[in-house]
Amino acid sequence: MPFSLLRHGLSSELRVEPDFPPPPPLRDAYDVVIIGGGGHGMATAYYLAKHHGVTRIAVLEKGYLGGGNTARNTAVIRSNYLTPESVKFYIASVNLYRNLSNEFDFNIMYSERGQLTLAHTDGAVRAFRQRAEVNRHLGGRSEMLDRQQIKELVPLLNLDPGHPVLAGLWHIDGATARHDAIAWGYARGAVRRGVEFHPLTEAQDFVVDKNRVVAIKTNRGPIKCGCVVQAVAGSSSILLNKLNIRAPIHTYPLQAMVTQPVKPFLDPLVSSSALHCYVQQTGRGEILIGGGSDPYPLYGTRSTLDLKEGLLAHAIEMFPFLANAKLMRQWSGITDMTPDYSPIMGLSPVDNYYLDAGWGTYGFKATPICGVTMAELVASGGKVPELIQPFSLDRFSRFRQINEMGATAASH
Amino acid sequence: MKIMPCPLNGPRNITEFTYGGEVSAMPDPAACTDAEWANYVFNKSNPAGFVREWWLHNASSYWFIAERDAVTDIILRTYDPSEIFRTRVDFAAPRTTSSQENPA
Repeated sequence: MPFSLLRHGLSSELRVEPDFPPPPPLRDAYDVVIIGGGGHGMATAYYLAKHHGVTRIAVLEKGYLGGGNTARNTAVIRSNYLTPESVKFYIASVNLYRNLSNEFDFNIMYSERGQLTLAHTDGAVRAFRQRAEVNRHLGGRSEMLDRQQIKELVPLLNLDPGHPVLAGLWHIDGATARHDAIAWGYARGAVRRGVEFHPLTEAQDFVVDKNRVVAIKTNRGPIKCGCVVQAVAGSSSILLNKLNIRAPIHTYPLQAMVTQPVKPFLDPLVSSSALHCYVQQTGRGEILIGGGSDPYPLYGTRSTLDLKEGLLAHAIEMFPFLANAKLMRQWSGITDMTPDYSPIMGLSPVDNYYLDAGWGTYGFKATPICGVTMAELVASGGKVPELIQPFSLDRFSRFRQINEMGATAASH
Repeated sequence: MKIMPCPLNGPRNITEFTYGGEVSAMPDPAACTDAEWANYVFNKSNPAGFVREWWLHNASSYWFIAERDAVTDIILRTYDPSEIFRTRVDFAAPRTTSSQENPA
């Protein structure tokens, strides 16, 4: 990379290499069809091609590359969950993220700034101690901070809002990355290895024979498939309903917003479990503010004044001077929430149909490990990797949920 | 501000209400299998379109049913649950039928 930069710098001509060839015509049949061209779908295709040598892959995307929740999340990467099953999984993801820029030869702007979560009650302090211990035990870096340490870390934070801050969970591995770059990096790597990416191609229906999906009907005609991976986030239920697969997924909008840019003042990502609000400063200086999902399900990406008023009131409690900042942008994405705030990954009741769903508000941080494990699952013909066994769809009928509500709902 | 037309209290701000989940048929808790019960408790249709849902008006503790379009967020109709739930469920008494007499 540095040498090519030098070479281009000294050359009088700029060599332009397109990252993607134009999409090829749709073939009749593929070994693997991945529905959803976001981070998860492209990562699965990438690792299938790279680790397992599978290349007769089509990634179908009804819009454009990474235009769904990959582009709408707030780009938080962390592993400080509560249950050992989740923590193991997310630590593996964080470890993959650290090396992605080198792997892609494309800067994902990985920035390990640490994440601070504030506790305002004794109960939250106890839960945070547990999360810190579980995280450390499994190889993450987390510790508890007292008020003085928090003050030193984030001098502008108001430690005495309505409910005073008692302690903080300091997750040193907390990071951000440029979310678009993740989709682009995986897509480029996959396409260079022979994967076909088909934008503006919608999976509309399935042809099922002997409990296997044998073909997919798309708006560009039918294609035969060896197996199918669904990675469509907020639209998960729409596809599942076509196959009559029942799942505990509800689609809720999740809203976020940024202020006008200001001078750098906030290095770590700061969230509050009681105020249901998280605040971080982007590389461009904008203050990014996010919180919990909308109060009722909806397949729409509209923003509401109600949610903004509530969320911003809490953000101002944390950082009072933000009251003078102007909001610059707002957006929302539709998230496929599960009752235990853990994903649904692995096998489905249909034999060759694999699920990467239920990603709710926490899908971005899991993108690399989802790709690795889903690729392993597909390449082995349905042998579920140990890391994702706890996230199976049938955990609900066995009453073996992975409860991550406290570690997810408010602090992403 | 979004308005919810409450069958009891009239049109009110939707922030006064709590969403209570899809209306779905309850299997007989005494007779159904664990899988059937889990299906009732956890699984959702979650359609992108017409949904029939429970809503609660917080201040008056009044539960009612709303029919809504889950894509456009237009509330089509709201009504008292007695319109579709006509029999009373006695949870204490053991029952033999496998499903409750309600629609949806």
